[in-house]
Amino acid sequence: MRVVIAEDSVLLRAGLIKLLETAGFEVVAAVGEAAGLLAAVAEHRPDLAVVDVRMPPGHTDEGVRAALVIRRESPDVAVLLLSQYVEERYAADLLAEHTSGIGYLLKDRVADVSTFLDALRRVAAGGTALDPEVVAQLLLRRGGGPLGRLTPREREVLELMAEGRSNAGIAAALVVSESAVAKHINGIFTKLDLPHAEGDHRRVLAVLRFLDGDA
Amino acid sequence: MDLPAAERLPWSREAWRDTLFVLSGAPLQAACWTLLALPWAFWVPERAGSVLSLLLASCAAALALVRPLTRAHRERAWAVLGRDLPVPPARPGGLLRALRAEDPRRDLGRELLYHLVVGPLLGGAAAAVALAWAGGAALATAVFWPPHAALLIAGLTLAGLALLAAAPWLAAGVRRLDVRAMAALLGPDRARELERRVEDLAGKRADVVDAADLERRRIERDLHDGAQQRLVALAMNLGLARETLTDVPEPARRVIVEAHEEAKAALAELRDLIRGLHPAVLADRGLDAALSGVAARVPLPVTLRVDVAERVASTVEAVAYFVVAEALTNVVKHAGAASVEVAVVRDGPTLRVRVADDGAGGADPARGTGLAGLARRVRSVDGTFRVVSPPGGPTALTVELPCAL
Repeated sequence: MRVVIAEDSVLLRAGLIKLLETAGFEVVAAVGEAAGLLAAVAEHRPDLAVVDVRMPPGHTDEGVRAALVIRRESPDVAVLLLSQYVEERYAADLLAEHTSGIGYLLKDRVADVSTFLDALRRVAAGGTALDPEVVAQLLLRRGGGPLGRLTPREREVLELMAEGRSNAGIAAALVVSESAVAKHINGIFTKLDLPHAEGDHRRVLAVLRFLDGDA
Repeated sequence: MDLPAAERLPWSREAWRDTLFVLSGAPLQAACWTLLALPWAFWVPERAGSVLSLLLASCAAALALVRPLTRAHRERAWAVLGRDLPVPPARPGGLLRALRAEDPRRDLGRELLYHLVVGPLLGGAAAAVALAWAGGAALATAVFWPPHAALLIAGLTLAGLALLAAAPWLAAGVRRLDVRAMAALLGPDRARELERRVEDLAGKRADVVDAADLERRRIERDLHDGAQQRLVALAMNLGLARETLTDVPEPARRVIVEAHEEAKAALAELRDLIRGLHPAVLADRGLDAALSGVAARVPLPVTLRVDVAERVASTVEAVAYFVVAEALTNVVKHAGAASVEVAVVRDGPTLRVRVADDGAGGADPARGTGLAGLARRVRSVDGTFRVVSPPGGPTALTVELPCAL
């Protein structure tokens, strides 16, 4: 899998390259700022871009803005954002336009190598990976409405769905069986009023409802 | 300053200096009225028009004389007493414009008060001083007068000596009054001066507060670009080692695992520290975005309402952020609460921050440094700070901050 890395800290950039190459990714370019990232993506057409949120010259949210440009101009390139802090506003900006091939993780997560690589592969495969901290922030805003009718367990399942996990992943995280997860998910669909007719997309719709906050 | 009695003797330097000061003032103090009255001594016109124009001309001349006279008085105080009276504020654009603008008009009024009312009275006092010296000298030398009764001569001489002794005191008194009157009426307006000073100090304090805020951001940036990145790289390398070095002896593996966990814990701590300093998202996206991050990490249900349509000064934002973050930390540590409500609402020129919990109460800003530190930080931007926390709860902390500094 071909990857572009954008990270302004030289040390971390070198570390990421080593980490990804050890895991079998092919790092085709590693740059230090947003303009270089856009150029590298246009040139190499990678499967995935791993992007630091805070980069020169402004050191604010250059990475988020670059991610939006990449997803708009090259929809087949997945983007995983890394940030020193994760903020739901940035996540909301990203998810407002795209819900697949997007990841947004706390930079610290790279320390948990296998979990991090797992998220990376999920995003590259068109899934999502949201940091639990972001999900917690998003949850803070969703007061009443149908979300309020969910049981605590169903909420947990929905949060993990929002983080981008599969049923198997959720089952592992909550230490329950996959069939129990499926049961909870059905409960969520019912309570969020998502009829069966829409088939497989209901999962995405549920997460979207959750993230948009109009559930 | 009052001089010791010995220095008030008629022949002391101070006595002559005071006298010189007082007497040199008299012509200046008489100048205004002299100018107003002089024309009439030579010529009294009969037609109303001429009377009016003469009146106007002398008034205008007197007005034009105000500034030079004031300057002369200042020079007199400097030359004789070595006292530098505060310079009155410049009167931009000359007399006519001074009459229109409020502040210069007030200054002009005070100067006129000196030159027309207080000055002439002091001039009269100066005449009395001159009289005391002259009369004293004349009477004290009665011995040399044509022969009179010895008793009369002795009496007159004594009276003269008494007058001579009194003259320095009189001169000193008049000098003191004059200096005071000049400082009050010819210098800058004290009340205005204080106002200006308060404004100046408020501006300086705002600068200091801003500088502290800037410094916090600089530290945040330095930590972020330096220590934090290194720690992430370290934790990542340790993570990589933990994943890949599976065939090392068990004790070595344990060390790697421990080091990895330590590095991750240090990262989390550093992240919290940096967040407390000044989170980047605050500058970037404002209070709502920054506070949702803080609230989400509180291990309690938090209701957050931020209603700030128009962003406030960045220093005020920083204080509001700090208040909420600290207050939430306090709630988690001490209150034993089940839920917290946070509301940040902009109400015109005021930003109102309220953090209320349903915990045990009994929070007291007088005890413990947390609340006192908060109160200090709030005061630094002229905010108000209020904690209502009866024993048994609930606790509500309310802070009001002026939006613009």
